[in-house]
Amino acid sequence: MATDTLAAPGTAPAGPPRRRTGGIRSNENVAGWLFVAPVILILGLFMLLPILMALWVSLTGWNGQGSPFTGDVPFVGGDNYSRLFTEDGLARRDFMTAIRNNIYYVGIVVPVQTVLALGLALVVNNRLLKGKGFFRSAFYFPSVTSSVAISVVFLFLFANSGAVNRLLGLLGMDGPEWFADGRGVLHLLLGAFGVDSPPAALTSGGPFGLTWWDWLSGPSVAMTSIICLVIWTTSGTFMLMYLAALQNVPVALDEAGMLDGASRWQRFRYVTLPLLKPTTFLVVTLGLIGSWQVFDQVYVMSQGDPAKTTLTPAYLSYRTAFRDFDYGSGAAISFVLFLIIIVLTLFQRRLMADRDGPRRGRWWRRRVPEGS
Amino acid sequence: MAVLTDRPAPVARRADRGPRARVNRFLGYGVLIFFGLVFLYPFVIQLANSLKTEPDAAANPLSPVPDPLTLAGFERIFAGTAFPLWLGNSLLVTVVVTLGRVFLDSLAGYALARLRFRGRAGLFAAVIAVMAVPGVVLLIPKFLVLKQIGLYDSYAGLIVPLLADAAGVFIMKQFFESIPVSMEEAARIDGAGVFRTFWSVVLPMARPALITLTILSFQGSWNEFPHSLVSVQDPDLFTLPRGLADLVSGSLGKGTQYPLKLGAALLATIPVAVLFVIFQRYFVRGANEGADKG
Repeated sequence: MATDTLAAPGTAPAGPPRRRTGGIRSNENVAGWLFVAPVILILGLFMLLPILMALWVSLTGWNGQGSPFTGDVPFVGGDNYSRLFTEDGLARRDFMTAIRNNIYYVGIVVPVQTVLALGLALVVNNRLLKGKGFFRSAFYFPSVTSSVAISVVFLFLFANSGAVNRLLGLLGMDGPEWFADGRGVLHLLLGAFGVDSPPAALTSGGPFGLTWWDWLSGPSVAMTSIICLVIWTTSGTFMLMYLAALQNVPVALDEAGMLDGASRWQRFRYVTLPLLKPTTFLVVTLGLIGSWQVFDQVYVMSQGDPAKTTLTPAYLSYRTAFRDFDYGSGAAISFVLFLIIIVLTLFQRRLMADRDGPRRGRWWRRRVPEGS
Repeated sequence: MAVLTDRPAPVARRADRGPRARVNRFLGYGVLIFFGLVFLYPFVIQLANSLKTEPDAAANPLSPVPDPLTLAGFERIFAGTAFPLWLGNSLLVTVVVTLGRVFLDSLAGYALARLRFRGRAGLFAAVIAVMAVPGVVLLIPKFLVLKQIGLYDSYAGLIVPLLADAAGVFIMKQFFESIPVSMEEAARIDGAGVFRTFWSVVLPMARPALITLTILSFQGSWNEFPHSLVSVQDPDLFTLPRGLADLVSGSLGKGTQYPLKLGAALLATIPVAVLFVIFQRYFVRGANEGADKG
């Protein structure tokens, strides 16, 4: 194929066109590579290479001075990782606190946004109602706006004398100081039943340096406001996915159910819901993947405070590297997070490949809604 | 403002009328209006409070009517903060990133869809794999690369890493595959080179996909926050989200100046909001993998 390399894209084909069908495609090998080169270069330089470099840094004690690739940087092997999991200390405590916070965050955000998205899609898909287009747009609008700008608005809404507390006041309730309250919601709930001091069995020990009582705190009051914000921004996107799926549900099936005397609930439960199963899997796994990446909102609204109850692994990795200048530990944290998300992604791909069969390609490129 | 076209409604059956249906419809509208308020009222509050005085915003945060109405918050945004600078930086980054992405993603998408070259299948698999890389874990790595190649703290550092995105390549590839080959073959037989065929024949036919990609790139780069956090440090290079975050958490302290902060956030939202109102269906296509409409 030596002659191929002579023809550059954009120039006329070298020599008269050949008769063979391959002739027309003769310079495509070069053109193809030239066409993809910029993208490959950028993605390689800023996606692939960084991962390898960070993997190296996570094995060092680099403090941000000079280059991490010289002999001066102490090589510490797996120390950064073992400090996160096995060694008792602040690093493990913070990391495990972040993991705990994120688990509660995921545990609330994913189910609520999925159910809300489905509910909104069902209402908006109802053919008896007019003006649905407007409401679809209204529900989706928060998803396209800047996460930082929205966080500013929610800071105001959840301020001590803010709109949310005013609203609660109208209902006769005293709102908390949202962003100063680090108490866990489950602890508060137990407190309402008179359990104020934890049983000794729960405070005496627990896995990974946190006591059982700490693990069982629930999301903090501060975290709850971030949870509200995220559910509010992401359910619109997922609503659209459900809506697209609902519009593919054949009307005939629903009508057949109706003829068989099935109630509205039965038709939803036994006809519509099973047909929406692939979409539900998609929404749940995308939600899981997105929820482990929460960063912007934490950065703007709470910076991990109060009492580290809004700390998440993504934010902790940023803070460890760029505030404490412990790039090795920061990179190690982001690798653990990477692993969590990759497992979830592979799980999603596998599910989609199984469930969606020939249409698989369409689902490959689901982007995770920003900041979810 | 219709987002998705409805199926043609079947002929109204008896079940659509009668008292039960009326109750259902009533409930339906109730739900719609309730959630409509939940999703839109925060924006109303934002607008209203950005036009209030500080004591008024603190005393009546829920009220949609500023009393008295004042532009003081906005005046302070332009006079007392670096807002104009952030706006300029955001515009520059967004325009360059959008143009670059649309062009580079189309090139790569076209090659992956149409050109037969060795390694194509492998490259496509790599693009798919890249889409799975979570952005948040790349914060430290990106910083490392930018530092190493000397782009840290520069416009190039803000822009270049965003110039290509795998998802855009995927959208364009899907679209190009849906265009009939015959047009290109005619052009090729007439003696047009590969780039010429791409530029003058195929690209004009890809208008819907190009608009989708333009809108998504604009929205994405306008709202981009974490990347600006790790690629620059110099306040002269802050983009709007970065400046806004700084405004909230840093220079002005917490808990005060709400009209100013809400106003700045509002101004940062307006461009995307305007685009959304005009080009909604392209946003929806982005959320719903529009390739199926081709």
